[in-house]
Amino acid sequence: MHDSLSDKFKNFSFVLPAFLIFCIFYVYPFIYTFVLSFQRGDAISSLEFVGWSNFKEILFYDKDWWQSMYNSAFITFWALTFQNILAFCLALGVDRATRTGKIYRVIFFILPVLSEIIIGLLMREILVSDPGIFNQWLKKAGLGFFAIDWLGKDRVLLTTALVHCWKGFGWAFVILLAGLQTIPEQLYEAARIDGANAWQTFCRVTFPLLMPVIAVVFVLTILGTMQAFAMILALTRGAGGLTQVPVMRIYNHLRGNQVGLACAEGVVLGILLIIVSFTMLHISKQIRKRWGVLPN
Amino acid sequence: MRPALRLVKILTVILLLASGCAQQKSTSKKIVIWHWMNDRKPAFETLSKQYKEKTGIDVEFKLFFPPDIYSQKVIAAARAGNLPEIFGILGEKRTVGSFVKAGYILDLTPYMEAGNNAWKDSFYNQALEVTIFKPGNTYGVTPGIYGVPIDTTLIEFIYNKKLFSDAGIDPNQPPKTLAEFIAYAKKIKASQKVNGFVCGWGEGWLLDCLATEWAINLMGEEKFFKTIQGTVPYTDKDWITVFSLFAELRDAGILSPNITTMINKEAEDQFSKGQAAFSFNGSWTVNVYKQLGPDLNYGFFPLPKISEKFPAKIWGGAGAAFIVNSHSPNKEEAVKLLQWLTEKPQQEFLIKETNNLPAIRNCDENIPTVLKPLLKDLTILTHPNIWPYNEDSRVIEVIDKGLQQIVMGIKTPEEVAHEIQAVKKRVLAK
Repeated sequence: MHDSLSDKFKNFSFVLPAFLIFCIFYVYPFIYTFVLSFQRGDAISSLEFVGWSNFKEILFYDKDWWQSMYNSAFITFWALTFQNILAFCLALGVDRATRTGKIYRVIFFILPVLSEIIIGLLMREILVSDPGIFNQWLKKAGLGFFAIDWLGKDRVLLTTALVHCWKGFGWAFVILLAGLQTIPEQLYEAARIDGANAWQTFCRVTFPLLMPVIAVVFVLTILGTMQAFAMILALTRGAGGLTQVPVMRIYNHLRGNQVGLACAEGVVLGILLIIVSFTMLHISKQIRKRWGVLPN
Repeated sequence: MRPALRLVKILTVILLLASGCAQQKSTSKKIVIWHWMNDRKPAFETLSKQYKEKTGIDVEFKLFFPPDIYSQKVIAAARAGNLPEIFGILGEKRTVGSFVKAGYILDLTPYMEAGNNAWKDSFYNQALEVTIFKPGNTYGVTPGIYGVPIDTTLIEFIYNKKLFSDAGIDPNQPPKTLAEFIAYAKKIKASQKVNGFVCGWGEGWLLDCLATEWAINLMGEEKFFKTIQGTVPYTDKDWITVFSLFAELRDAGILSPNITTMINKEAEDQFSKGQAAFSFNGSWTVNVYKQLGPDLNYGFFPLPKISEKFPAKIWGGAGAAFIVNSHSPNKEEAVKLLQWLTEKPQQEFLIKETNNLPAIRNCDENIPTVLKPLLKDLTILTHPNIWPYNEDSRVIEVIDKGLQQIVMGIKTPEEVAHEIQAVKKRVLAK
């Protein structure tokens, strides 16, 4: 049976409000960002079409942009490894803890819920070397030899990465825990009957079945970390470029009324993130195929 | 459902949506002022009540904080055609110029010059000058007066008098040269176990401000402006000397730890607690110290000189300036309100409540004691907003970052000078 034109119109009218909202708040800004990225000016009284000039500036001349990309990649590396391994271990532990699991879930999820600015300011208060609450704790605990300048030039990027991991591991923990709890108990029972030890069960059951979730966590970690900004701003203000990240540069250029350059940087970052995300998803699909979770 | 009823329902929804999107048109006169001055909120509210009693006109001061959020809000409102009657612009003169060129700002020259320049002459020249676009300005803006300063600000060095006394230094003799400054800071640090100097150098503008003051002192305004114009490179020996001063401060060991990641609020907090001998901050900090450290005994002093060849200048001018929306139907009332705000009784009230220097003359007797010595320094003010040429924000960004890197010991002054010059060349080429 075919819908009449009036039925089609009626059906479309149901999605029209959502479609309009999507167009106004997503499609239009998205397109306008592209348009602005080819212009120079403050978008108040002046805008001038400059072609690819902003992109050339970013890609070929702006060393600071690539330094900020490196800084972000460094933090992302720590988030992908340290943060996610920590989250995975905790999720494995809590998955077995039937009684206390809910309490841990709440405790670990408090940090991601807190504002990034609050975390940044709090950690700054703790980590600054003068008077330095953390260093004072270390000294009182007899670990004075560990009391160093955590925000000094040699360590500031690593400190920033670790604070980011500390703040963010709760997200990965919750997602991985949800993934673990979807694995049917019968598979573990079958493995036990077949004589598999804990390590074999983990390698042959838990890990392969969790791969889709791990892939999602990896993609979300990359997207979230590459766009991290507020916490870093509150913690270090960029530390003379040592902890400057791409979004901080975009923010600074917007403040300096270089709207076109900021939009071009946003476009470049967006494209890079899309490429990285699809690459990650592709790799995870290949791994799952190899492990026999997906058909070839 | 009958077609007519359906049509009525659709029309009702459309009308409701349309009315929600429409700008509110008030029937009575109301003046809305957007500002970012968190510390002045209660004082503004009191003035608003006084004005209502006097004229019957409602005045609403709307605070948007922090200043970054405020700046973005004003720009977004301008683009959406939603600016209030009165607002302020935080940022470079270039931004104000863009607002003027886009037709958002009322030219106040006729009001200022009415009655034989009565309103114009009531201000300190240095405060009003920041709001003026002169003939032939580089921004291409029609000459005129486009703002009303409500206070005057200047940025100077600050010292803790108690720490001076405790270290055996005369608290009434602050340092006059950079060598003296470093010697005093070292002595106080050694004897009092406090930091020599604290400042919010995580905010690049404070570094930029200090560097330009020393540059003008060393090379004079003419050579300084030639650098901005591009005829003198940043790799010139005078500029390298200026950048080297920051390395000298670092090597003297007087800087507060983590100074390059510190915001101004944090520096204010540290100084107000007596944890540093010196700071570098604006006159607005008097109100901040009053709240953070009411017993703090301190004083201001101008830039410690590095050369006797050229006079030292200090950054200053209008602290906050209000602007009238040229599209507002209440713009005449808005101008009248600003005239009232800059009359002596209201300025004296603001001095008392907010501890700032006034925008107008003849209020000297009510100025807080700690600020009074600053009045003599109004004659040596300078500011990017009154310079004939302004540096491009991309170059300023590299200068700020480079100075932070020198202080952190990541790069040498020469390396930073070459990086700045490379960006300057690219900017000039465009």
